[in-house]
Amino acid sequence: MKDASPAKPYALHLGVIALLFALSFVLPDYHHGLLARIMVLAVFAMGYNMLFGYVGLLSLGHAMFFSAGLYGAGLAVIHLGWSVPAAFAAGILCGAALSLVIGVLALRTSGVAFMIVTMMFAQVFYLVILYFASWTGGDQGMVVPQPARVLGFGATSLDLTNPTVRYMSALALFSTVLLVTLAVVRSRYGRVLVAIRENEERTKMLGYDTFSNKLAAVVISGTICAASGAAYALLFGYVGSSFASVQYSILPLLWVLLGGAATTLGPMIGTLFMYYIVDITSGYTSAYLLIVGIALILLVLFFPKGILGTIRQRWLGWLP
Amino acid sequence: MMPLLTTKGLSRNFGGLRAVANVDFAMMPGEIRAVIGPNGAGKTTFVSLVSGRIQPSSGMVVFDGADITNLPAYARVRLGVAYTFQITSVFANLSVYDNVALPVQRTLTDGRSKGAVRTGVMAALERTGLADRTHMLAGQLSYGHQRLLEVAMGLALKPRLLILDEPTQGLADSEIDNFIELVRDIARSATVLLIEHNMPVVMQLADRITVFNAGKILAEGTPEQIRANTEVQDAYLGATP
Repeated sequence: MKDASPAKPYALHLGVIALLFALSFVLPDYHHGLLARIMVLAVFAMGYNMLFGYVGLLSLGHAMFFSAGLYGAGLAVIHLGWSVPAAFAAGILCGAALSLVIGVLALRTSGVAFMIVTMMFAQVFYLVILYFASWTGGDQGMVVPQPARVLGFGATSLDLTNPTVRYMSALALFSTVLLVTLAVVRSRYGRVLVAIRENEERTKMLGYDTFSNKLAAVVISGTICAASGAAYALLFGYVGSSFASVQYSILPLLWVLLGGAATTLGPMIGTLFMYYIVDITSGYTSAYLLIVGIALILLVLFFPKGILGTIRQRWLGWLP
Repeated sequence: MMPLLTTKGLSRNFGGLRAVANVDFAMMPGEIRAVIGPNGAGKTTFVSLVSGRIQPSSGMVVFDGADITNLPAYARVRLGVAYTFQITSVFANLSVYDNVALPVQRTLTDGRSKGAVRTGVMAALERTGLADRTHMLAGQLSYGHQRLLEVAMGLALKPRLLILDEPTQGLADSEIDNFIELVRDIARSATVLLIEHNMPVVMQLADRITVFNAGKILAEGTPEQIRANTEVQDAYLGATP
């Protein structure tokens, strides 16, 4: 399953990053903006995949980690007037803290109970956002004003509303998370996570405290998702409660399943694929969800392990 | 010499069933001890209590002088109590290498061994004769090889006490001979507690035998003493002369 040489996977991942960098200069405006958004949401999917793909824990509450980052960063800018880096850090910290607490509580369960518990916590989070509408903007959400989204370095400054700056920021976050994910899953810790997914009881009998390992995975996963949410607030300037709804807990699951669970690049491919099916089909018909549904069914029939998962199984066994 | 493992009044109830009842047990470092008894005698429950997979209803487990009754299973493993499963439970979807790398890296983290993961993995695989199958998926191994892999994983944990739960179950006769050699080899560096139904294997390997019946220890002694014990013959050995 794992090839001894680490060169191939790293070359592939760096190649993907280079390709995305090059695309910035050739893509038309519309696709340029869309791809920036997809990269940020792919980070969300990668965070989800960390837990679902590698540890085998199916959470239906990851919208709360994404929105912890989204609101953590957004509210810090809007109400506290924090700078972009401080707000980004605040978003990530909110996600890390929330995932630690939720992890300690939810990991007392497993399987279906884990799905339900995480979903309930996410629902509570969503309702709390609506309840404190005077600060959070309720279901209307809030816009992060353009002047607050400028990153200052002494005399020079980077305006995150500028398409190129936005694209490059999204790419920087995406690349960092991609390489971190790759390093984690290829590490000794990654091997333990997969072992827990495959047979938790056996892993315990090899001397592993599986609870602590799973808790660490929840925190890594939640923190990555929060980073995605914080970046979303700062790059696209909108903080809204719809991102905390159950739909946004299910979307990353779909993206990961489409692209291939437990593959490092699968989440990106799944997110890209899903976004473009919706984008293309909605141009032709208002019944685009029907076509999305059919595409999903075909995928499950012919690519049960997702796009990249099937490719790995049939042709490229070395894919991480 | 102090016993490596002692249990005092160890009991476990499942509802109204006393699976293990008030067992006082002791074994010395370096010995090979076989636990035998009819089906349902409580052998697997007993070793599960020792390894920490299940909690006792009462009584205590002492390992190397320390009370480990309240330690979770993973902590006991780190102290050197390794358990290999009765039903083969290797990680079928992982490579043979990864299966053994998991216990090896654990002992490295605990500081109980040194060196690279690969060195430790290859050492355990060579001892069990699986070194040429490193990159196969564990699930693709033959049943006999999976049992060997299970033992390799136990070995890689650098155990002081290795519990083997019916290791020869489902093995062909030719494989069993190799297995006996392997257990003898393991016993040079670890104490072995063996649950086994195959009487020739027990008689060849064990220094001492403990016979369980209905959750209690019925008899204990050398293979000759057990063979001569009429109570044991009635309860279990039956046709075996």
